[in-house]
Amino acid sequence: MPKHFKTVLFICIVLLGVCVLASLTLGSRLVRWNELIDGLFHSNVDSYGANIVRKRISRTVFSLFCGAALGVSGALMQSVTRNPLADPSILGVNTGASLFVVFGIAFLGINTAGQYIWLALVGAALTAVFVFAVGSMGRGGATPIKLVLAGAAITAALSSLVTAIMIPRAYVMDQFRFWQVGSVGSGNWGDIGTFVPFLAIGILIAFITAPALNALALGDDVATGLGVRTGVLRLIAAIAAVLLCGATTALAGPIGFIGLLATHVIRLILGSDLRFVIPMSAISGAIILTISDVLGRLIGSPGELEVGVVTAFIGAPILIILAIKSKVRSL
Amino acid sequence: MKKHTMELIISGRRQRRRRWILVTSLLAILALALCCAMLLLGNTIYPLGDVIRVLSGEQIKGATFAIHTIRLPRMLAGLFAGFAFGMAGYIFQTMLRNPLANPNVIGITSGSSAAAVFCITVIHANGAVVSIASVIAGLATVVLIYVLSKGKSFSIGRLILVGIGIQAMLDAVISYLLLVSSQQDIPTALRWLSGSLNGSKMDELPPLIIAVLILSPFIIVLGKHLGLLELGEQSATSLGVATDKTRIVLILCSVGMIALATATTGPIAFVSFLSGPIAKRLAGSGFSNAIPAGLVGVNLVLAADLIGQFAFEVRYPVGIITGILGAPYLIYLLIRMNRKGEL
Repeated sequence: MPKHFKTVLFICIVLLGVCVLASLTLGSRLVRWNELIDGLFHSNVDSYGANIVRKRISRTVFSLFCGAALGVSGALMQSVTRNPLADPSILGVNTGASLFVVFGIAFLGINTAGQYIWLALVGAALTAVFVFAVGSMGRGGATPIKLVLAGAAITAALSSLVTAIMIPRAYVMDQFRFWQVGSVGSGNWGDIGTFVPFLAIGILIAFITAPALNALALGDDVATGLGVRTGVLRLIAAIAAVLLCGATTALAGPIGFIGLLATHVIRLILGSDLRFVIPMSAISGAIILTISDVLGRLIGSPGELEVGVVTAFIGAPILIILAIKSKVRSL
Repeated sequence: MKKHTMELIISGRRQRRRRWILVTSLLAILALALCCAMLLLGNTIYPLGDVIRVLSGEQIKGATFAIHTIRLPRMLAGLFAGFAFGMAGYIFQTMLRNPLANPNVIGITSGSSAAAVFCITVIHANGAVVSIASVIAGLATVVLIYVLSKGKSFSIGRLILVGIGIQAMLDAVISYLLLVSSQQDIPTALRWLSGSLNGSKMDELPPLIIAVLILSPFIIVLGKHLGLLELGEQSATSLGVATDKTRIVLILCSVGMIALATATTGPIAFVSFLSGPIAKRLAGSGFSNAIPAGLVGVNLVLAADLIGQFAFEVRYPVGIITGILGAPYLIYLLIRMNRKGEL
């Protein structure tokens, strides 16, 4: 067990609690304590504040789940590609999911979360395969810079397709515009119900494969020597990563950089043992996404700043710092 | 023997020169033809004679309005923005010795766009303010990327990564601004997402036109040194190029043109990225391709706009067409660079 594991776990759980409280009470209207208690425990009280709290419960749960999914997805992608900069948004996987969802809205007439999810998953999976294929060509395999560039290029390519589909269809644009920014504000219990199976399967696979992924971090040769079937392992872990980020993107829109943020904070403190990094990335992802959502509500008050905008502002500097810090040769 | 080699070099140079001149003039002729097409075609097709009479000041019912208020500004916007994007993109790519290092990928156009969107939707500014703000924002983005990616030794990979990060933030700003400005109609919004010539107005054009006319001569003259800069810092210095000064002037001119073009038409996708490599393919290397790249940019923008206007049932803005044409090329280029191990 890493040196500070218990301390970190304790701090994270406390932070998680603080986040949940903040998410329930803060926003364009502050909720008082007695209203919070009413909203949570006294379902017969029908005050304005209590109703706001009840609305915010589903939103909070949703943002916790999305954050956890994105955190784990980032950790998995980083270890599968052995690349510290991997993240669903940077690798263009979110845009792939977006394209398929827009396609569905425009041509297949879909409009429920349950239908979004499958399209988003297919889009995310195809994009992930394609980005990885392009990024790993040539000498040196999938170096961080090659993968990131492949991701950026494919993001650019797919976004023009997205716009081309939207332009003649004002109704798609209107439906899509709000989805595209990335927001947990619309999270309701129905969405959460759709989301939970994907989250559960993804996280379960992540936990099971963590020890083998640790071996993979030592290099393919060593991993094979230790009895790991690297190809199969990569495939399974990648499927889990795509399940997690695809499902999140389908329901909340493309929220960027959570995977990058969550895992790097944890790795910095706990080292790189994935048996600890994966669960802690889930928790830190949940914390970061929820805090970002609260911040967005406070900054954007009386409206709100969508969480996707906030995470881009917190996450992009981390990408820049990582780019500056890593040695030239490893780029 | 010696004489023979010299002759070979001279004739080779002459041949390349001839090819360059040929390609450049062909591109110019094509651009001219596209400009004419932009004026002739539309809901009503006017004969060339009418267009010339209208341009020389004669009043013809219907034609005067269509050409003066709609087609001429549209054509001029496409012409100058295309030239600016093409030439400035070429300068960036050549100077940084990497076709991926162009204003589109590393976030300079996003900087200008964000500033323009902010001015228009939040403080409801117009013309001059928008132009100035987008130039300042473009320059600030360049400086920021350069400072952040400088490090101990310069690395193009790092510069591109930093640029991608900055672009992510700026794009977040743009999509947020578009979302809160709810009265904004969708066409205006899309202009800032992908670039469009729709609704170009004559009185919005002067800053761009003046900038291109003043700045491009600098770029053409200094662009000749770029070939030497490409040999590397030390060789260029020893061959008598003031490397820092040349670079700074070139960057300032390029950013100025890009920013004003972005403020006028929005960031027309991929033009600054495609023009340089296409110009190099056509005109060969050996001479500065700043002018051919600019002309390729003009041709791309005008042709894409004509396709967008007339090829489909729906009118697509120019940026969508260049985006769809450019995206596969970007991926192809990436694959080729990876194969060769250039990254």
